[in-house]
Amino acid sequence: MSDAVSALQGKLAPGEVTIREAGLRGMITLRGDLSDRGPRSVCKSLTGVAFPEQGKANVDGEKGLCWMSPDEVLLLMPYGEVGDALAAIEKALKSKHYLAEKVSDARALIHVEGAFAREVMAKLAPVDLHPGTFGPGDFRRTRLGQVAAAFWMRDEDTFAVICFRSVAEYAFDLLAESAKAGAVGHFVEG
Amino acid sequence: MLILHCPYCGVDADETDLHAGGEAHLKRQGPGSSDAQFEDYLFMRENPKGVHFERWRHVYGCGKWFLAARCTSTLEVFGTYSAQTTEPPQDIKDAISAKRPGWTWGNYS
Repeated sequence: MSDAVSALQGKLAPGEVTIREAGLRGMITLRGDLSDRGPRSVCKSLTGVAFPEQGKANVDGEKGLCWMSPDEVLLLMPYGEVGDALAAIEKALKSKHYLAEKVSDARALIHVEGAFAREVMAKLAPVDLHPGTFGPGDFRRTRLGQVAAAFWMRDEDTFAVICFRSVAEYAFDLLAESAKAGAVGHFVEG
Repeated sequence: MLILHCPYCGVDADETDLHAGGEAHLKRQGPGSSDAQFEDYLFMRENPKGVHFERWRHVYGCGKWFLAARCTSTLEVFGTYSAQTTEPPQDIKDAISAKRPGWTWGNYS
């Protein structure tokens, strides 16, 4: 088998806010009745984190669960674990109506790290990113400039952005440009 | 700029996150309907100045369709609600009545 490579192969735009393509990450889209205990418990056992509430993401290291819609959740895990995880899902949800698909190679993961990461994001997405409204643990699917994207905060100064692989370069350049343009000073402390 | 609350995501979504889907609460006319009924279903739409009901899709978000009641002249939003309903729920109607007493739209008031 050929070696898997991520969309931008770890491309880096250093600066006060650093934009870094985060490399390969295993991702599985799981759709189904998520109020059911079956899918919830298999998600928990595969990722080791609690099932997220509406609009939240529980991410711990490379593993995590992101709430995509009332009937869709995104599982994050190390790239190599996806095959086993899919098999485990199939086994656990055998009698249920669901869809689980490997999407690792259809997506790109970009990290935005630095003091005014919040403003770098706020300039590009139509989302209220005020610290009182959006913080670590919150997850949002929206658009970034002209393309669909989803993001969550890893900590106070770091965003993780997921977009489609085909637009990874656009999203990266957009973020890098936004970071280069500097802080706006909109989210002032206090 | 229109900001609608997505009842599925629980977030306030900007107009650019959404896709407009035309008039809400259309009654589908299928086989057995008259030509006039079918023509109404296909082509005849409300075009009010004031209270209006529309379908919207949270296209950059959860991808779900929902319905919204708003005013076309002031862009005031009275409320959004699930698309799994055939007529506006009472709390939405009450919200409109509080702001626009005596409103009518199609067969609803």
